[in-house]
Amino acid sequence: MQNLPLPVLNPALFNDVARWFCQIPHSATMGLEFVNGERSRATLRLPYNTALVGNPRTGVLNGGVMTSLIDTTSALAVFSMLEEREAIATLDLRIDYLRGATPGQPVYCTAECYRLGRQIAFTRATAYQEGNDQPIAHGVATFMRESSQAQLGSKQGA
Amino acid sequence: MVQLESLQAAKESGNYDDVIDQIPYAKLLGVVMREDSEGQPIFELPFSDHNIGNVHLPALHGGAIGGFLENAALLHLVWARESNDVPRTIDFSLDFLRSGKAQSLYARCDITKQGKRVANVRMTAWQEDERKPIAVARAHFLLS
Repeated sequence: MQNLPLPVLNPALFNDVARWFCQIPHSATMGLEFVNGERSRATLRLPYNTALVGNPRTGVLNGGVMTSLIDTTSALAVFSMLEEREAIATLDLRIDYLRGATPGQPVYCTAECYRLGRQIAFTRATAYQEGNDQPIAHGVATFMRESSQAQLGSKQGA
Repeated sequence: MVQLESLQAAKESGNYDDVIDQIPYAKLLGVVMREDSEGQPIFELPFSDHNIGNVHLPALHGGAIGGFLENAALLHLVWARESNDVPRTIDFSLDFLRSGKAQSLYARCDITKQGKRVANVRMTAWQEDERKPIAVARAHFLLS
């Protein structure tokens, strides 16, 4: 199935959540952009921005930025498998930093929801840059499904 | 990453703003560092609209909480080691226990183990009550 891509389960929901994820205040501050979605997968892009640097001497992005990118992309991967709108919450997230991001280049993150349980969703994600086969970071996360009754998405009233 | 002179000046004055200014992402988040009554570092992420994840709840962004804690651990290590070396994050593991409200977030760190090359740091984040953390994390940092 991983080699035979299918469209996201509910394109209207997915597109709405993808747009919303890039507009939420913290994502907009970072400049997150939606790239692509298919069943069980999502890809986001983070353009290079000097405000997100951890070490000005090297220009390498701060690790915390990668946390946000991987968390958001992983959540979006879960939504690619959902039929209906629901709220999900990150339970835990673990990131391995494999190399520093090359300054000046955008970072892509592709996440896969490899198991959608009734209550828990499991994801794995890779952050990488174009032209370099060595990923920047790997992340695994678990999400609690139907975590709250709160409204989710941009179409519903605040 | 952090100039030793500004760290020493901060330790004397208790004002760490110049140290934070040297880490752009920590500055963007709005991280504040100070010392508690026992002289241990305590970190604050004052509430700001740009750290919101869910505008309907509203709740802090999980990534912002993670970024805050990781920067807190880095700053704690710099504070404890008084070294120019740049600690690099090897891995970072974060457990979300409660949702973060639209309020200030606080954190404390604990260096569980500091070896020659690697340090293990635990982080705890809370809002109203330190005994009710909203997130805990642990990380390994490469020191040399």
